[in-house]
This record gives sequence, structure tokens and C-alpha cells, in this order.
Amino acid sequence: MGQIVLSKVKKAFGDVVVIPPLDLTIEDGEFTVFVGPSGCGKSTLLRLIAGLEDVSSGSIQIDGRESSDAPPSKRGLAMVFQSYALYPHMTVRKNIAFPLRMAKMDKAEIEKRVDNAAKVLNLADYIDRRPGQLSGGQRQRVAIGRAIVREPSAFLFDEPLSNLDAALRMGMRLEISELHKRLDTTMVYVTHDQVEAMTMADKIVVLNAGNIEQVGSPLDLYHKPKNIFVAGFIGSPKMNMITGETAAAHGAHTIGVRPEHIDVSDSGGTWSGVVGVSEHLGSDSFFHIHETGLADMITVRSGGEVGFTRGDRVSLTPRPDMIHKFNEQGDRIS
Amino acid sequence: MARNVTSGRKTINTLAAWAIGILIFFPILWTILTSFKSEAQAISDPPIFFFFDWTLENYSVVQERSNYMRFLWNSVIIAGGSTILGIIIAVPAAWSMAFVPSNRTKDILLWMLSTKMLPAVGVLYPMYLLFIKMGLLDTRIGLVIVLMLINMPIIVWMLYTYFREIPGEILEASRMDGASLRDEIIYVLTPMALPGIASTLLLNFILAWNEAFWTLNLTAVNAAPLTAFIASYSSPEGLFFAKLSAASTMAIAPILLLGWFSQKQLVRGLTFGAVK
Repeated sequence: MGQIVLSKVKKAFGDVVVIPPLDLTIEDGEFTVFVGPSGCGKSTLLRLIAGLEDVSSGSIQIDGRESSDAPPSKRGLAMVFQSYALYPHMTVRKNIAFPLRMAKMDKAEIEKRVDNAAKVLNLADYIDRRPGQLSGGQRQRVAIGRAIVREPSAFLFDEPLSNLDAALRMGMRLEISELHKRLDTTMVYVTHDQVEAMTMADKIVVLNAGNIEQVGSPLDLYHKPKNIFVAGFIGSPKMNMITGETAAAHGAHTIGVRPEHIDVSDSGGTWSGVVGVSEHLGSDSFFHIHETGLADMITVRSGGEVGFTRGDRVSLTPRPDMIHKFNEQGDRIS
Repeated sequence: MARNVTSGRKTINTLAAWAIGILIFFPILWTILTSFKSEAQAISDPPIFFFFDWTLENYSVVQERSNYMRFLWNSVIIAGGSTILGIIIAVPAAWSMAFVPSNRTKDILLWMLSTKMLPAVGVLYPMYLLFIKMGLLDTRIGLVIVLMLINMPIIVWMLYTYFREIPGEILEASRMDGASLRDEIIYVLTPMALPGIASTLLLNFILAWNEAFWTLNLTAVNAAPLTAFIASYSSPEGLFFAKLSAASTMAIAPILLLGWFSQKQLVRGLTFGAVK
């Protein structure tokens, strides 16, 4: 029902190529996340799928229908914007009913669907207010409500949570995941927040300068990053990258070890260094280790009970099966 | 940032503001006062301010001599018609310039404005000949068209400025929601820009109401609006200031009242975008 197939899709603004020819298939019912640094073309890609931008060449198929030239209204997709983009002059009820009104649905059916959406999203108490009288989280719910009433073949989300505060963001993240499970509809979600990507996605598409660096499940990307870019982008804090002799000893140009895969102790480890800044989160502690001779700084993550402080000399032991090896081009050697 | 303003300074500012206000309003005030004088007192030297024999005689003479209501009706049709027609044409034009601009959009806007820099009399002959050929001379429809064209650059510019303030994402959202271009303009853009459209409407109505060059040159009897009504009192049998003033007062009264009641909207519209 909601399969989206991009083949050789290219987008250029004048001479500037934002997205070089790219192929991607999003399966029906899948939660796909586009992730990448700002300016990597992830929002442009979403807008191409939506029809808000025209492709320069290539084709987009939605539900098996060629849709590259179809206007947004004919693609059967619904979109939730970063700014929510609610109609400020309409009440919540009218906002949610708008797409149904545009589809010329009969009044009784509109009312039924709007009431239903309001119930699902806990909006019943605000139904006659205007967007200006709502909080950020409520506005976001209205935007989602407006998207679900049409029963689209796929949902597009453009950084929908980035205007919310941290606590609210986590709540909405769960709500959207919940919604996906219940509706079982294709969702395409753009974010620069890798925590959102890791927690929500069935499939993550990592983009860099318009190119797809890797497509895979969250754990795939975490355990088997295809190259240095993906290795550095997925995971927080970032993977430690080590070059030179140490890497050569492992038969690689660069080796990468995640902070959580290095054990720290008083003595007896493989590497040693001096503790610089340490961050104690309670559940975890992050230590930034200097003077290791490996890289400017090695970040280590350990349990919250470990209590090294600034200036302590420590030993570091990477877990041998958790070392990622990359060649000179930055590609994974396995 | 709060500034310290002493009460003495405040008084001076207030007085200066009133002085300037009265200075600007004085000609209108003088016209209204003169309309209640007799012809002799109207031209007396030194001029008399308030202590004259108030009379309504001028108004009754003007009423007898000309059909005020017909002129008024022509003014309403011409100013209202040209403004509404102009808005209907300018909304889509301003939409396209604000939301799908091309490399030439700025040039087009400037070119439209440049037509306002030409003295109107420069195109009087061609316009006059066109009007004769097309049978539009001394017709309301002819004047509606001319005044709409004359004010079009201002209407487009004003609407363009208002539309630019509307976030594009909201229009994109409506497109995603299945709205056609027509739906988008009618149900989303226009209601959101309503304060701006109302100001544009008001200002252009006033401009069209007061327009005197084309309305005087292209009308005679049938389509003559209030500007022609005033002009008809200006000279033939020498100057009758009191009657001229009475005619003027009657001509400007409707627009003065409109301006008074909508001043809040007008000021807000004219300073729109200047302060956010």
C-alpha cells in the first residue's frame, strides 16, 4: 500500500547539485528515518517525495504509481512540519478537518473522523481553541491529527520534534512510535538527532552531502558501520578513531573503538593516559583521556560508580571483538 | 530600551504634535468653516474665524443647483469598483511574486512602480483617443478600469509585502492537505492576510475617491464623481468661496468619516512589517 521507490532521483538548484542520482526503496509499513548532519539534503529528499520540490531527473513511485510529476495533493501523502504549520485562523477542529474538507467528504463522516482523531491524540479538551492558544506539544498533536484523518498511504515527518523541550520530545517520540505500531502505515522521518533515529526506526538512511552512506537497521549501523562517516555519526559519544602504528598493528589504516567498548582501570591495560574532563551522569561516567599517544583525546564510557578524577593516570583496554577496521578510503575492512 | 522622558519634555512634545496636527488639518477646517459663512464674510479681510453669522444657505443652494446624490453614487461605484476589481486581480499576482519568485520578480515589481513616476498627463492623449474609440468616455466602467490600472502597482506592492510575512510552510501544508491553488488562496492565504488586504482596500478606496486628474478629464455628466462636483463650483461665474467650500465639504465628508472610523486599521496596515 505505501511503498515508495526512488530511482536515480537527482535534485539540482541551478548548478548546485544537492542530491546526486540516488536509489532507495521504502517498504510498505516501514518506519524509515533519514539522518545526517545539517545541509546533507535529508529535508530536500523528503520534500521531493512530498512533491513540494520537483525532481531534476529520475522517478518517484508511490504505491506503484509514477508520481514524479504529480502535485503534492495527488500523492496521497500527509506531512508534519517542523514549525507545525497549523492554520492560525482556524480552530483545532477546523485544522484537523481541513484535508477532509478539501477531499469533499460529507459532513457526518468529517465529524466522525475528527472526533476520533481528537480522542486518540487527547485533543478533545482543546478542540475549539486556536493554535495560538496551545502549547508546543499540543500544536504538534494537532499537526499529527491533521495528518492521520486522511488515512494517507504514507506519513512524512520533517524534524517534527526539534522545537520541543527535552522531556516533551521523549514523550512525543513514544507517541509517534505507538502511532506507527497502531496504524501500520509507512512513515518517513527526517531528523538530525541520532537518538530519535536509533529509537524509532525500522530502517535508517544515513545521508552525507546528498549521498546515501548506508541503509540498515539501527543495530546494523551501530555494529557494522560501512565507513568512517557512519561510524562517527551513529553512537554517542562519538567513536574514537585511531590511526598510525596502533592501527597498522591491526592491519588497518584507521581503527575505531566506541567509548563503551573500552574498559578503564588503575593499571595493567593495553593503553594508558591521563584523565582530563570527566562527566558524571549518575548512571554513566564519561572520561576524556589525554596523553595516550593514540589520538588527541580518547573518550571512555563506564559505569556511574567509577570515580576517576582529573589528573589520574589510568589504563585502557579495548574489547578486541569490538574494534572496527577501516582502510585508507575510510571503508570498512571485515 | 526604556528612555527617561521628563514631564517638561513630554509637554513640549505633546504641544509640537498638536501644532503639526492642526497645521495639517487647517485647510480642511478652514473649508468647513467657510462653508457656513455668507459669501461676503468668506472673503472678508481680515478673515473671520468663528464669530460670523452661521448659515446653511450655501448647502441649500448647492443642493438646488446640482444633484449631489448622483455624484456621490458615481464616486462610490468608481472608487469601490476599481478597488475591488484591483484586489481580485492583484491577489494572485502578489501570491506568485511572494511565493514562487523568479529572477525577474524584483524587476517586475520595480517596473510596475515606475509607471507611477510618469506624469499622468503624458498619456492623456492616447488614453483619451482609446476611450473615444472604445466608447468608454464618460462611462463608469471606463473610469473603474482606468483607476484600477492607476492604483494597481500600489495594490500589488502592498499585498506583496503582507504576503511575504506569511510563512511558506503553512501554504505547503495546505498543498499537502489536498488544497488546489484556488483553495489555497481562498481558504488559507486570504484569511491569514485579511488585515493586510483590508488596509490595502481602504487606502486604495481613499486614493481612488480623491483621484482628480482622470475623473475630471474623462467624464462630463453621466459618470462624473464628486471631484467633478467640486470642480463645477470653482470658476464659471467668478469665485464663490462659500459655495465652493460647501461643495467640497459635502464631497470629502464621506471619505473623512470612513477614514476616521478605520484609522486603527489604516495605521496598523501602513506600519505593517516595520515592527514585529
